Amino acid sequence: MTEKTIPAKADAQNVTTTREDERFLKPPVDIYEKADGLVVICDMPGVDRDGIDIKIDTSVLTIQGKVAHAHDADAIYSEFGLLNFFRQFELSEEVDQEKISADLKNGVLTLTLPKVEKAKPKQITVKVG
Amino acid sequence: MIRHWDLFRELNQIRREFDRVFNENGPRLPFSRVSFLPGRGARQYPLINIRDDKENIYIEALAPGVDTESLDISAVNSTLTISGEKKAACEAVGDEAYHRCERASGKFIRTIELTTPFDADRIAAEYKNGLLLITLPKAEAAKPKRIAITAG
Repeated sequence: MTEKTIPAKADAQNVTTTREDERFLKPPVDIYEKADGLVVICDMPGVDRDGIDIKIDTSVLTIQGKVAHAHDADAIYSEFGLLNFFRQFELSEEVDQEKISADLKNGVLTLTLPKVEKAKPKQITVKVG
Repeated sequence: MIRHWDLFRELNQIRREFDRVFNENGPRLPFSRVSFLPGRGARQYPLINIRDDKENIYIEALAPGVDTESLDISAVNSTLTISGEKKAACEAVGDEAYHRCERASGKFIRTIELTTPFDADRIAAEYKNGLLLITLPKAEAAKPKRIAITAG
């Protein structure tokens, strides 16, 4: 009885990527709550409309932004470096995932996350008997 | 780029360099420092990158969400001043409604002193996707010149 080692096929298609080398920036956010929903405001300078990618998968909101920005000139002095943006948030059940809307202006992304009907505040009138 | 040596300018430069080093979390994370937070970053807002080629100097400032109406750029001799205001997300919202508050807001002013003379009349500025790009054409005297050599 001999032991034999059969090497696994190094097929490029079978290899799943578990890690990527890319580094991301975590964009700063403001989140505030209104009676009918949440508002998420996110600073993403250098990202245009084509470079933004917002996804919702099993209650996880993923915001990704690709920075479109290239220069030929020589750098003399440098204080910042831009990388692609990435940040994830877990959504509560109160958020109506179908009705989320987004707006990008001057490098600021504004997401509006409305609440589901049953989570909205209700006024109960008291009858005077 | 060489100017007359000035002791105070040199000291100022050293102080600024120290500030920059200690404010940084590390050279690998240029953005993670407090650039958007109030207070600490105030003197250094907006962050800038300067580049140049033969014709122009390009200043790029990181200023997302700044009201374009409030932006003001002025040039005096060799200094360029950028000022403006970044409005708070929503003034009508009370503090208690905030889940997270990481973005800074407020008025800012930053002065940049350039050593290369530039033509102040032809400065162009563009605000796009939260980045402010200022193009300063170099003065004729500052442009590189080719000197022809005559063979005797």
